[in-house]
This record gives sequence, structure tokens and C-alpha cells, in this order.
Amino acid sequence: MPEVSAGRPEGACRRRAQLGLRESSTFDALTIHEIQRAARTGIYDIRGGGAKRHVPHFDDLLLLGASISRYPLEGYREQCATDVRLGTRFARKPLRLAIPITIAGMSFGSLSANAKEALGLGASALGTSTTTGDGGMSREERLSSDTLVYQLLPSRYGMNPDDLRRADAIEVVVGQGAKPGGGGMLLGQKISERVADMRDLPVGIDQRSPCRHPDWTGPDDLEIKIEELREITDWEKPIFVKIGATRTYYDVTLAVKAGADVVVLDGMQGGTAATQEVFIEHVGIPILAAIPQAVEALQELGMHRRVQLIVSGGIRSGADVAKALALGADAVSIGTAALVALGDNSPSFEADYAKIGSAAGCYDDWHEGRDPAGISTQDPHLEARLDPQLGGRRLANYLRALVLETQTLARACGKSHVRNLEPEDLVALTIEAAAMARVPLAGTRWIPGMEVR
Amino acid sequence: MTALEDALVDVAKFDLAGEPLRQLNSRLHEACSSGMPRSWQVVNPGGKHSIAVGLDAELDVEIAGHVGYYCAGMNQRANVRVLGNCGVGVAENMMSGLVVIHGNASQSAGASAHGGLLVVHGDASARCGISLKGADIVVEGSIAHLGAFMAQRGRLVVCGDAGHSLGDSLYEATVYVRGSVAALGADCVEQEMRDEDVSELRELLERAEIAAVNAAEFRRYASARELYNFHVDNAGDYRHPDA
Repeated sequence: MPEVSAGRPEGACRRRAQLGLRESSTFDALTIHEIQRAARTGIYDIRGGGAKRHVPHFDDLLLLGASISRYPLEGYREQCATDVRLGTRFARKPLRLAIPITIAGMSFGSLSANAKEALGLGASALGTSTTTGDGGMSREERLSSDTLVYQLLPSRYGMNPDDLRRADAIEVVVGQGAKPGGGGMLLGQKISERVADMRDLPVGIDQRSPCRHPDWTGPDDLEIKIEELREITDWEKPIFVKIGATRTYYDVTLAVKAGADVVVLDGMQGGTAATQEVFIEHVGIPILAAIPQAVEALQELGMHRRVQLIVSGGIRSGADVAKALALGADAVSIGTAALVALGDNSPSFEADYAKIGSAAGCYDDWHEGRDPAGISTQDPHLEARLDPQLGGRRLANYLRALVLETQTLARACGKSHVRNLEPEDLVALTIEAAAMARVPLAGTRWIPGMEVR
Repeated sequence: MTALEDALVDVAKFDLAGEPLRQLNSRLHEACSSGMPRSWQVVNPGGKHSIAVGLDAELDVEIAGHVGYYCAGMNQRANVRVLGNCGVGVAENMMSGLVVIHGNASQSAGASAHGGLLVVHGDASARCGISLKGADIVVEGSIAHLGAFMAQRGRLVVCGDAGHSLGDSLYEATVYVRGSVAALGADCVEQEMRDEDVSELRELLERAEIAAVNAAEFRRYASARELYNFHVDNAGDYRHPDA
């Protein structure tokens, strides 16, 4: 059934309208519910996931398939390569991934050990990487991940030089798209003994990790920090710098200046395990608006393709991957979509979602640790619902589908490698998307904010 | 003496004025693997950053002069001695071993260190022991503001005075201060100094080779644990010290 206006079935809306009842678009049902909730509890709403509001996104772009002026490649017969190298600027051992789709950083703690293992198995099956999170490197994910990126976060939970040397790359996390300027959050329900031990925290406390690193502030310090990480690991590992999308042009410029091998850029649709709803919905910019800023910064520095750009935040399909690559990214990263592939929000748990006041497709209380799918939980009974092998196979299947879709679109645009997709292959459906993505409005030569070519 | 024994007692000398930092750390890492030479003397450090980082063996490294950021970062097992002052983040994320600074330390000394002992014979600046995760830090002089901020585990001992916001948002780490405390941070409270605190402290001061200080003269600070689980009624407790 199609839904309109704050999730009310169309029929219900029509009946109300026939009675002359009109819902305010300013004070709609969700807004009223939130005011009532705040008045009852006196505290902000916390949830998982990324921005749920509608923002200009890849759906607002279209690819221009080849025709007479360009010629396409044959769908199943002609090669369309997908490999990508990350960390070619300084690292002695850059990563070589078979596909340009990586698994984003998600902590053991926010996710169950089975979920982390499943992510590793699925990613490794396709020759791509996974990433640790704000809680250290778990045994399961190191064992199951052929290529593992180890995050250095402000909290430094579980950070140690042995794992640093065991990692295949290091990601200095400055921020993430769901909450640029915010720190981590893991509520007491999920601080089990094992999680607490890995983070050197008491069991059951509400963990609020800091938003700034304890031993560096600003770009000049970051440069020194990156050099230290390189010295510790004998310049072997690629160093990624992850930022949430805000002042992207400047932040990317400074990350490159500080010596990053790879910039990871996360838009506001990127998920989190737990943060204030007001933060998720009102801070940061859509990934669509951020990628052209990042590419501009890299190009001005002569570093586009020399410092690789990984983008994330709302990647769902091969179309999203193709469009992100066409805008100038070297790879994309998925988090929420990977969890959905594992089984998050599956209708098969509908009855369980109802019991905890949610519904399949809407479940976002990942901070509560009651996930019926056994993913965002530390409860051993719930966790047992996720078979890592099965979850890994589902993720691998999903990644295969993403790759096939991306290749299909790239071949249609005449590209023998997905990285050859370019902005020239794109047009926008809306003026907003045209302005943000800096590609012309479909059927015109108009890019708002730029002179007509 | 055999050649092997010679190598074991020999002090390798490294001049940072003549050779690059990469060479020094690379040779130190090789020495960690081979176990030889065990003793190192680094001259002309010239305030360079990341000196002797990522060591993982029982090496003795003496640095004759001032060092920049992150000296002895992520140290494991090694003894690193700095005959001078040090920049930001000395012994950051140390896991084990001993780091001794004979001068003053800049900000974030011993940040997020998990184990081992950091001794600063001079003063330490702001955020000393920030995010501490199990290491011991002994400062013979005074420390600036936000000492032991969000410290989770381990001990911070200050023989002099402590600046404002001491132990702000402290978890299970313990702070001992002999002099004055400008102001305690959120959720940090003074607690009774018990006999076992005094004996623990005495042992720690001995290991830090600080003889002229009486362990009984310290006061003990730890977390009141009021903010462990966020409650809206406590929102006002997360305050600025000057507010």
C-alpha cells in the first residue's frame, strides 16, 4: 500500500480529509509524537542508522548509456574490470582489492562477534576488505577477514601495537557521516564482560567516547600522528583518514596535506550504532554534495587517483556504486546495506520486532542490544540467531549482485574498467542534484553555480 | 668475552643530526627482533618527533636531549630515558616497559597508555594521563588542567600540584596528588587514603626513583561513579570548571 504524509496509509488520510481533518505539515504525526516523547522523558531520542529524511541522492542522477557518439561494451562478453589499489602514495604494501566495494568500520560491541565474523567471511569471498570499529580488533574478524583495516579512534579502546602490526591498513577516524563532530556511544545494555574487557571499561556502564583524539588536535598534529603510525609499522601499512562530510573541500585538502594515503568520506546517510536523532538528521551533508568537493580538492592538489577516495553513506545498489565512481571516487564503502544483507530488518523477524515496539523496515534501536536478527546485540541467545557462515554467504551474494550491476552500467557507458566512469557519463534529474553533484540537469547544459559550457 | 657477549654489552650510538629518523626507528625495530644491540644512545635528537616508537623488546634507549611529539609511542617492554624535555603525547598508548623523562613533558603525556610506567621528573602539561587504560604515571613536579581526563584504569601520581578539572569524567583509574588541586572535574571525588594506598604508592615512587617524597602526604581521588549511566537529572554535572 502506498504511504503518504508521515506514514499514514493513503486511505486513512483520504477519510480524514473527507471529514475536513487536516494534519499540519509542520506539526505532522511524527513531530507530535516526538514532542510528546520528549515531554515524557526529558531526554533526546537515541537511535542507530543514518539520516532517514529525504535528501538529494544518487537516485537523482542518471547515467548516459552509449549510443552513436559513444559505443558500449558487450554485456556478458567484454571485460569490465573492477580491481582497485588503495594506499599507493606512501605505503610499502598497498591494498589490492578485487572489487571497489569495502565494508565500513563497525565495532565489535555495537555488533555481535558473529556479525563481525560474517562480515569478514562475506567480504573475503569477494576479495575485499572489512574494517574494525570503536572497540578494538576482535579475534573473529581478524581470522575471517583476508584484508582488515584497523581503526584508530579518539577513544583508543583496544588500541595496541600488536593489532596495528597485524592490520593490513590503518584508518585514523576523525569523524563519521552520521555524527560529524560527535563521539562514540555504546549504552550499558551492550557492555558485556567481553566488550568491557576489550575497552578497559566497567561492565554495564553507558560508554560515551570522546569526539577528539587524546593526543592530537588539528591538521599539523595529524601530520605528526600519521608519521608516528608509519614509523611504528615501518611505513608498511596504508593510512586512511576518515571524515564525516561537512566542510569537505577543506577537510580533504588537510587530510592530504597531513599525509593520508586514502581519504574515506562518509555522508550524512551513513549509519551509526547509536547517536542522538537530532545529530543524525541535522548535522552533515549528503554524500552527493560531498564527493565533488572532495574530488575538486584532490584535483587541485594534483592528487586525484594518487590519494584514493572511498565514499560511503547510503550506498545500496550497483547504480549507487557506478554513480559514486563516476563522480570520482575510487571505491565505496557499505555499512547499513551490509547489515541488511546479513539479516537486519528482515521480515522473517516481524513478530519479534512487534514485541519490542518496532517493525521490519523501521528497526533502528540498535543501541538497545535487543536485535531480533542477532546483529546489533551482545545477548548470546540473540547472537546465536545469526549463523556467521550463512550471514557471510548472504553478504557475498549481495556484493556479487552489486558488482554485476556496477559492471552492467559501466559497460553500457562503454567502460572496460569501472574506474573509467566519469562525471561526463552523468546527468541530474533535479536542479538540487545538478548543483550538488556538479553535473548538468538532464537534457540541458546547465550546472547550477557554473557557467554554461 | 665472546663476540656475542661483546654485542650484548655494547652501546650502539645513533646521531640524529647525521642520519634520518627512519633509519633510527628501523634499526631499533631490527634490534627488537634480533635482541642486539640491547643498549642504545641517541644523540642530537633536536626535538624530532616519533623517536623510538613501536619498540617491542627489552632494549635500553637513552636519548640525550629534547624530543618532539610521541616519543616512545606504543612502547612495549623497552626502557626509554629522555635527558631533556618532551613534546606532546610521550609514551602514548604504551603497553609495558618504562619511559623516564628527566625534563618537562608537554600535553597528553601517557595518553591512553595501557601498561608500563611513565615517569616525568619535571612538570607535565595539560591532559596528562588522558584516557589512561592501565598504565602508571608518576610526575615529580606539577600537572596542568584536565589531568586523567576520562582515565579508565591505572594510576596517576602527582608529587606537586594539579590544575583544574582533575579527573574529569574519570572511570576506574586512581589519582594521587601531594600538593593542591585547583578544582576537581565532573564525577571526581576525594576518597580516604587507605594503608594499602600508601604502601602501593611507596612502591611506585621507589620504582620511579623519587626518594625525597613521603607517600603518606598524598591525597586520593577517584570516580564517584555517579555518571556511569547517563541520567537526564545529571546533565548539569557535565559543566565547565569556570561556570
